[in-house]
Order: sequence, then C-alpha cells, then structure tokens
Amino acid sequence: MTRSSWPLYEVFVRSKRGLNHVHVGSLHAPDPEMALRNARDLYTRRNEGVSIWVVPAASITASSPDEKDPFFAPAGDKVYRHPTFYAIPEDVPHL
Amino acid sequence: MSFDNAYDAITDASDDKHWAFGTGFDDPLSGVDRAVPAGVSTADLTAYCLMLADDALVLSQRLTEWCSRAPELEEDVALANIALDLLGQARLLLTRAGEVEGRGRDEDALAYLRDEHEFRNVRLVEIDCGPGPGGDFAVTIARLLVFSTWRLAVFERLVASKDPVLAAIAAKGVKELAYHRDHAAQWTLRLAGGTEFSRERMVAGMARVWPLYDELFTTHEVERSLPDVAVPPSDVRAEVDEVLDQVFTAAALDRPDVAPMSAVAGKSGRDGVHTEAMGFLLAEMQHLARSLPGAKW
Repeated sequence: MTRSSWPLYEVFVRSKRGLNHVHVGSLHAPDPEMALRNARDLYTRRNEGVSIWVVPAASITASSPDEKDPFFAPAGDKVYRHPTFYAIPEDVPHL
Repeated sequence: MSFDNAYDAITDASDDKHWAFGTGFDDPLSGVDRAVPAGVSTADLTAYCLMLADDALVLSQRLTEWCSRAPELEEDVALANIALDLLGQARLLLTRAGEVEGRGRDEDALAYLRDEHEFRNVRLVEIDCGPGPGGDFAVTIARLLVFSTWRLAVFERLVASKDPVLAAIAAKGVKELAYHRDHAAQWTLRLAGGTEFSRERMVAGMARVWPLYDELFTTHEVERSLPDVAVPPSDVRAEVDEVLDQVFTAAALDRPDVAPMSAVAGKSGRDGVHTEAMGFLLAEMQHLARSLPGAKW
C-alpha cells in the first residue's frame, strides 16, 4: 500500500498569561479538525493554553532568506525609530 | 485558575515558578471528605471501586501498547495521553478501594499483586485489539468509542454519588472521557468515510468489539447493593445506544449484527472470569513489580 503524507499545519497557542497567540510548532494532520485535536495533545498537555489556532503551512507566505538584506538591513541604522530618548518612569511596570 | 482578561494573567504574581511549563495545576480531591458514608457496606464499596478502577487500568495498559507503534506520531501522543488519563482515574479509584477496604493495600499492591480472578474489569477492555496480529488501529478506535461513550454516561451520573470521593473522581473523569469519546468518534468518521480499505477495517473493528457490548449494561449484585452510591449500568443503555447510533448514522455504518459473547456459567468480567487474553496482559503489566518486590523507580 502506498502511503501519502498528511499536510503540515502550523500551531499557535495563547497561554493563560499571553495576550496573543504564539507560534509553538507544527504537526501533521489529515484535516483542520484533527489538526486542532493533535495540537491539543502535542502542545497543551502541561496546562499551557487557553486557545489554539491551526493554520495550513501551505497558506503561509514567508519572506525569503535571500531577501534578508533588502528587507531588514535598512532598519538597522535608523536609531531615531526607537523611543530610546524618553526617561522611563520608575513606577510604571510592564513597559 | 483561569483569567477572563489576559492582563490579569500577566500581572498575577502568585506563581512565577512554572512560567514556561504551564501553571494552575490542582488536586481534584483536595478538601473532599474521605470517610465512608453512613450505611454503606465497605466490602461493596471496595468491590465497586475496583470495578471502575480495573476498567481504566486494563484499557490504559492496552492503549499503552500502541506507544511508538501508532500510524502517525501525532496519534501516538494522542493515544498515550488517553492512556495516561485512564491511568490517573485508575490510581485514584484503586487508592479509594484500598482505603475503604482497610487492609493496608495501596494502589500498587492492588494493581500489581492481584491475580486474574481478582480483577473486576469488563471483558471489552482486555481483548487484544493490536498493534500486532490481535487487531489494528480501527479496532482500537472502535473499542475506545464504545468504552468512552459508556463510561462517560456512567460518570455523568456518578457525579451525584453519595460517596464524595467517587463523586469527585467522576467530576474529573467526565471532562477526560468527553475528549476520549470525541477523539474516537472523529476517527470513526474518518476511517468509515475514507478509502475502501479504511472503511472495511472500521466495519470489521466494530464487529470485533460488539459481542462484548451487552456485558457493559449488566448490572452486578455489587452495583445493586449500593443505591445512590453506584450507578447501575442498565440505566445508561438507552443513552449509550442513542449516542452510538448518532455516530453510526454520521459515518454511514450499520450497527453490527453479531451475537453477544456468552458469560461462563453466568459469570463474566465483573465476577473475575476473563478471556484468554487477560493472563498475558497481566503477565506483562505485573512482571517487573513481582520480580523485584518493593523496588522503587
């Protein structure tokens, strides 16, 4: 019997302490519903999550390593884009 | 512990220790009164706890056999998780049985040092459904679907048990079993609606486990003598039938038409009368603990 591989899904979990879904890894599944269940078993076994997203890996458009320099290097010397010239008040947490 | 607002979670200072590994674990039995309720026979309550414990322990052992041998890595982890949930239920129930019995037997003594005729599990959980020549993934899923649907129906009623410990164990188990049932139902649909081959295996899998279906609903003397403590399984038959029929309809499967496996002189799993597979299962499960008595690992 020939065997074809299941499609790849990327998994995003929002933890109890987290504000947003964070990419935690990927998995194979026959369809999105099973991907969600597999994600529950693989990535939230230790009580980490309150919400899961799964996305077919094929739906993600990624930047290419070859374009790294034109994409990211120009930001490297624009120090004025960082708010480093403000004094941070001591009594403001989580800044 | 849960937070409606993510900002609350961030500023919760109480438990930074396990930040990376999940937080908010709790003990399902904390604060539960462990005294045996008045008027309840300790012998019957012990026997009933063993019935529920052995069902979970033996199926856990069977599911563990799939470890590293499931069709896909993700499914391997899923089956192992389900096995661990059941093992957790078994441990709580065995501990309760030992404590009510009052002869100083702990969960390990009850799991590893009892012989086959002292095990009170239904025969459905002990048969060999694979991996290997005893079965395959579809039979394993068929058994899990039938078992978890039945046990969920029992546990949903057991939540109202007069024994507070059983009620607390049931409350914890209901959430786990609901997931097990969902997992098995999802796979039943996919195998039945997949290829010609997968459908054939699913049909054969259901037919394989079905002879052990009736035994699940035979109310035992012990269950009868514990009114308001035990759940008579005959009470849940209609509900289990209905749930399974829903899955069969969705999967376009027919309810198997096979004769029930007979009891031996009126006795079956709940009386300690098991199938041939049980001895082999216990030999593997108990071998290490019996070879090295008192060993710690």
